[in-house]
Amino acid sequence: MDGEPLVRWNWIHDHLGYLWGLLRDHAVISLVPVLFGLALALPLGLLCTRFPRLYQPLAAVFNVVYALPSLAVFVVLIPYTGLATQATVMIPLTCYALAVLLPTTVDGLRAVPEPVRQAATALGYGPWRRLAAVELPSAVPYLVAGLRVAAVSSISLASVGALVGRGGLGYLFIDGFQRTFPTPIVAGIVLVALLALVTDAVLLLARRLLAPWAVREKAVGR
Amino acid sequence: MNWGGWLSKFFTDPDRLHGPDSIVHRVTEHLVLCGEALGLAFLIAVPLGLLLGYTGRAAALVTALTGAARALPTLGLVTLSVLVAGVGDTAVLVPLVALAAPVLLVAACEGVRGTDPDLRDAARGIGLTHPQVLWQVCVPWALPALLAGLRTATVQVIATATVAAYVGLGGLGRYVVDGLATQDFPQTIGGALLVVLLAVAAQLFFAALSRFALPAGLRQRR
Repeated sequence: MDGEPLVRWNWIHDHLGYLWGLLRDHAVISLVPVLFGLALALPLGLLCTRFPRLYQPLAAVFNVVYALPSLAVFVVLIPYTGLATQATVMIPLTCYALAVLLPTTVDGLRAVPEPVRQAATALGYGPWRRLAAVELPSAVPYLVAGLRVAAVSSISLASVGALVGRGGLGYLFIDGFQRTFPTPIVAGIVLVALLALVTDAVLLLARRLLAPWAVREKAVGR
Repeated sequence: MNWGGWLSKFFTDPDRLHGPDSIVHRVTEHLVLCGEALGLAFLIAVPLGLLLGYTGRAAALVTALTGAARALPTLGLVTLSVLVAGVGDTAVLVPLVALAAPVLLVAACEGVRGTDPDLRDAARGIGLTHPQVLWQVCVPWALPALLAGLRTATVQVIATATVAAYVGLGGLGRYVVDGLATQDFPQTIGGALLVVLLAVAAQLFFAALSRFALPAGLRQRR
């Protein structure tokens, strides 16, 4: 890499449209799985609070899932999903997100104080209305804490997907490495970190809007 | 071809039994690389974390730092450090240490900070010096958190060291990356399976460790 500067600004300037495309691709393959994970974690978490015996085995399974190396899982899926398809990367990322979100959902739903639950029942709330109006809002701070961890690690993990053909910004790392040209790599690292930062800020804003009371309390969860 | 066929082809190949591409050799390489990274990260992060946790200084900074570190894409760091520092163990150790150190730092810091304040006061009251309180009260108390952090860090490093093969290093990632490059599916799948097994083995090892290696007084608490 003799004489090659770490960043060539004119390359970045010439490739702004290209970088924007990769960024959008990255946002889709990393954040849609988090939404899928949330959509699965909510009903599963509810089941776990209603039938507490389910929780231990499920938590153990997802603990193992979280330990699976992302590259290995991507590779193992290729025979089913094919190379360079979004599913190869998005299915494992959904599983990781679920592994993070299930415990936080259960913690959040269990955190509703018993007197609050009873008060809601006394006011004539049925189980569904109580869930929607009391239990889910109370779980929001926990859910946001889990979502922050899930989203940020999903954004960072998705770049590994470039090794199996679909990784959004991760492609910049492969490209820069193969050409011994550090500019795309630096741009990729910065953009991944920025995407994570913006996502985190959006989640914090969402918590402020959905659970204004939680801002005043001490930080919950992780 | 199916899974069984792929795996039996991988595991019975004579190259897998002897020589530089044998399973024993690759597993050893992988473990040595991960061990070095974890050892370095431990030496850097744990003493610092214990100190910051005990004095209670910069705790918010530590948490923010870890959040930021989680967003860094390891594939990007690996490719960049190889371009900057050249192919070699050092180039891959840097990103792996950068991955593991924040996890250990927060675990040590939060573990010590979580010590029962009454206990600390009592230890001071019976005449222990600050170093003695840290060493005899706070460190044992922080052990469960430290072990949990070490477990997370180990699993992440084992998984990520796979990616390091992409820049020309040994270890189990070689099978995955070489197999992908040559469309040799049995090799890729076999390597992926070995990484998964190693990661799960590490999880089990730490689960057993936290059950048996903790001081007796702490074991019942959990």
